[in-house]
Amino acid sequence: MGSLFTPLSWNDTGFILTGVWNTVIISVVAIGFGTLLGVIVGFIRAESNRLVNTLLGGILDIFRSVPLIIQLILFSTYIGAIGHPLEPFVAGSIVLSLYSMAFMSEVFRSGFESVHKSMQIAARSLGMSYWQTIFYIRLPIGLRAVFPSWLGVALSVIKDSALVSVIGYMELLRTSDQLISRTQQPLEILIGVGIFYFIISYPLSLYGRYVERKMAL
Amino acid sequence: MINIRNVHKCFGDLEVLKGIDLDVNKGEVLSIIGGSGSGKSTLLYCINAIENIQKGQIIVDDIDVHAKKTYQDKLRQKLGMVFQQWNSFPHLTVLENAALAPRIVKKLSREESIEVAKQELEHVGLGDKFDVYPTKMSGGQQQRLAIARALAMKPDYMLFDEITSALDPELVGEVLDTLRLLREDGMTMICVTHEIAFAREVSDQVAFFNEGIIEEMGTPEQVISNPQKETTQKFLSKVL
Ligand SMILES: Nc1ncnc2c1ncn2[C@@H]1O[C@H](COP(=O)(O)OP(=O)(O)OP(=O)(O)O)[C@@H](O)[C@H]1O
Ligand SMILES: [Mg+2]
Repeated sequence: MGSLFTPLSWNDTGFILTGVWNTVIISVVAIGFGTLLGVIVGFIRAESNRLVNTLLGGILDIFRSVPLIIQLILFSTYIGAIGHPLEPFVAGSIVLSLYSMAFMSEVFRSGFESVHKSMQIAARSLGMSYWQTIFYIRLPIGLRAVFPSWLGVALSVIKDSALVSVIGYMELLRTSDQLISRTQQPLEILIGVGIFYFIISYPLSLYGRYVERKMAL
Repeated sequence: MINIRNVHKCFGDLEVLKGIDLDVNKGEVLSIIGGSGSGKSTLLYCINAIENIQKGQIIVDDIDVHAKKTYQDKLRQKLGMVFQQWNSFPHLTVLENAALAPRIVKKLSREESIEVAKQELEHVGLGDKFDVYPTKMSGGQQQRLAIARALAMKPDYMLFDEITSALDPELVGEVLDTLRLLREDGMTMICVTHEIAFAREVSDQVAFFNEGIIEEMGTPEQVISNPQKETTQKFLSKVL
């Protein structure tokens, strides 16, 4: 007697790994671009006057306060509606990158601001130019100071990447969703997925704690 | 040689320097003393082109510091400066702190920059600290690092802004000893200091600043031992 449902088997490994891989790749892309843009925007905010800051802050507040799931749906629907449908991966990467940029720029801004004016003057007095002071002094000191907070944002981006499933991206959560409908074994699968997220995130947070401890000395 | 002519400096409406004239010859030590807010630090910042001036002229070896055509990053290589706060670069080891500017500013090779850095660090007594991170050192050691870091650029002049004021009393001596050493080497120095005894001992000239002007100026015997002006006498009686 054939069943409508086929139980989970080793044949599903490839399918699951694709989901894992897609989660990893979109997280890496979003964290990478988010960090790069975040450093730039954070630096601009640390350096600019109140007017520019208020404007930039307002824009960033939108990214930070509108729920990610709504941003994803709005963006991919709108882009599709104006006739430029994007691959779920591309649309998801763009939204997730901007979302993480909005949080990371605040982190980096506070890092840049933590480097005292007197430290910069000391560097300039040695003959360093404005840009040398930024690259050799402010950037490395500021980035180190906020590494633990940066890592916190990065970890939450990994978890938030699950939401990209709503626009059809085959990441870990969506993969498991499909497996669940086929196998009707939600408990095993969701526990498995949880463990995978844990395996991706935990080493990072351990590393963060290690670095934090090392810097506190 | 540093020539300062009728220098005026304002922060907004506040005139902080009201016509300063000073000359410092090669090999000389000038100490600047005076009360809080009298403009001592501001003058050093103007000499180093960290601050601009509103009127007058500062000439360092025939270079007009505030002229438009002057390349100020280059000028600062001639003028080493050490501050009250030592401002060690916390992400670099002691050796890297001292070697960084020679390498990236003077474009020395890595080996050459490490060579000069080692020399200067040994000179100030930090020969055993090359690989230590500065935050693990005492204030006195970090201040000596700041001196070595400035010296590694082989400046012609050194400007010191109350470099012992933030130190625990027991650490002041080692830093003053380093300055004595520099004096023996013939370094030209301007020292803003509250250490009057030290100023009397090492200076060729002493200038007493009061509210943006030089109230009294001369040898240590004249200004510190036999001050003529009442303001100078009052100031000295408070700090001595
Ligand atoms: N960047 C600035 N903006 C506005 N005012 C300033 C600035 N820097 C210094 N001042 C003011 O200029 C005056 C002189 O300051 P300066 O730091 O030169 O005094 P100082 O003689 O070095 O005093 P201290 O012994 O306390 O270091 C003070 O009234 C100070 O408040
Ligand atoms: Mg001062």
